[in-house]
Amino acid sequence: MRKDNFFSWAFLLYYDGFRSMTLGKTLWLIIFIKLFIMFFVLKLFFFPNFLSQHAAEGEEDEFVASELIERQAP
Amino acid sequence: MQNILLNIDTATIDWSRAQFALTAIYHWLFVPLTLGLAVIMGIAETCYYRTKKHFWKEVAKFWQKLFGVNFAMGVATGIILEFEFGTNWSNYSWFVGDIFGAPLAIEGILAFFMESTFVAVMYFGWKKVSPGFHLASTWLTGLGATISAWWILVANAWMQYPVGCEFNPDTMRHEMVDFFAVAFSPFAVGKFCHTVISAWIIGAVFVVAVSSWYLMKKREQKLAVESIKIASIVGLIASLGAAFTGHISGQQVAKVQPMKLAAMEALYNGGTEQGLTAVAWVNPFRQPDYANEQAAPLKIDMPYALSIMATNDPKGYVPGINDLLNGYTLPDGTSEPSVEEKMERGRLAIQTLADYRKAKAEGASKEELSPLLATLSANMPYFGYGYIRDRSEVVPYVPVNFWAFRIMVGAGCLFILFFAVLVITSFRIPYVTIITRRLLASLGLIHESHADTVGADALPVWHYWLAIALVPLSYIASESGWLVAEFGRQPWTIQDMLPTWAAVSDLNSGSVAITFFLFLILFTTMLAVEINILLKQIKKGPSA
Repeated sequence: MRKDNFFSWAFLLYYDGFRSMTLGKTLWLIIFIKLFIMFFVLKLFFFPNFLSQHAAEGEEDEFVASELIERQAP
Repeated sequence: MQNILLNIDTATIDWSRAQFALTAIYHWLFVPLTLGLAVIMGIAETCYYRTKKHFWKEVAKFWQKLFGVNFAMGVATGIILEFEFGTNWSNYSWFVGDIFGAPLAIEGILAFFMESTFVAVMYFGWKKVSPGFHLASTWLTGLGATISAWWILVANAWMQYPVGCEFNPDTMRHEMVDFFAVAFSPFAVGKFCHTVISAWIIGAVFVVAVSSWYLMKKREQKLAVESIKIASIVGLIASLGAAFTGHISGQQVAKVQPMKLAAMEALYNGGTEQGLTAVAWVNPFRQPDYANEQAAPLKIDMPYALSIMATNDPKGYVPGINDLLNGYTLPDGTSEPSVEEKMERGRLAIQTLADYRKAKAEGASKEELSPLLATLSANMPYFGYGYIRDRSEVVPYVPVNFWAFRIMVGAGCLFILFFAVLVITSFRIPYVTIITRRLLASLGLIHESHADTVGADALPVWHYWLAIALVPLSYIASESGWLVAEFGRQPWTIQDMLPTWAAVSDLNSGSVAITFFLFLILFTTMLAVEINILLKQIKKGPSA
């Protein structure tokens, strides 16, 4: 380990660490699957930004104003 | 949201609320164990650092391994909540995002980076860094998680007690004017202390349960006995701390969310010298008829305790549900308007907002707009009431608040007793340990042969089973606390500012229902996987 080069040391920390993982490999696989489902399935198909779909950029305040004003109790 | 257990409403608002509740509850299954185990593993490694004994290194690495499993399963589960803000709660997101978004952003940038940096050193750095640096990294991992919790709880505290902001009718946003008022509001500080300390209870219970299982199997006995010593002290301090901080939180709720306190207590009609309800018959499945009933039936209370808790004065005034609906005036002149007065002012605020925006769009001058701004500003504190159609809408669902509060407090008392007995029987405290053990032996709770011994390995098997049974109870208690916090704030997303039906996006309820069930499947799978991996690692033990 080259102690005089922080970046080499940091690289080796992660490189050696990931290489020697056992249980950790399973956990990382689970993390990647989870993140993939969250960001590339759920976010993409089920959780669009509602405001950007219903209001032009710069007109969000108008959209929200009409929503909030129209919903007031009679 | 009446009778959700019996008849789930398919309307958009209820599915959106249910979805948020589901994801938040699941997220909170992982977080407290992270916070709690961080303390245990930090103490274990500190013992290693001080004694240089290999045994303590193995203890620390074992609890760090279980920490890692929970951390990996729980990481990013909170991001789902942010997805929901943008899709299901778009009016909310725009209306208060300027304030609400800031703590969440800080959490991501500061705390998570800190946590993720030092967790790498903790796992990979045993042979790469000095023992002191490694120990610091272990504690900083826990500190990073705790700082994360701070910012999330700042955001939630702001929902309960919105401060440090001003409404801008041009942008339709609440804008932060005082960052420190938001970040260090008394509500945020109280909530942070209570929530984090209660998480330490879960960590302590988990460690005691795992260790108890080892003692039952007569395995890893030294690790189990020493871990129980650590966990029993952490658990006792945390249990007492949770009770104290819970009292502080209760006082804050009494000041800024009196309707939540009234719902927690099923206090229909308040007054001075109010007792704290220990138990009463509150039907779990329907809203009580608080307007016509004097009090919940079969009520047993602790005299004066509610007044003391809320006001530090046994003669202090605590308003009930009907007092808050009808309005009241205290002897010192303080008055609370009726709900109908608040509704009128709320309608005025919303109408004035509409008039202001229309006038501005038509090119009105500053002088013409000024009186509208003044009216809006004067009535803004009641803005949310402009959406209330009937006074019953401002009353939270009493049964959930009432029973969840009792579950939380009851479990908390049990944990104090459990950890106190564990500390006394695990350590050689002069006189106290022997007296307690002999008392327990005379009651038949421990074997006579163990009356004069010290240590968690000299306890009856039923005690180990109790410890294991306390794991689900600790989670139920913790989640119950969140039910009180969130159900008690209903109908508001932000207290008094925006009810749920104004905050929610106008989505098709079917699409929200679909994602509800997708989350149910995803999170249940993750939970099952975590439990499976944890149990496997526990069975393998520290030498694996």
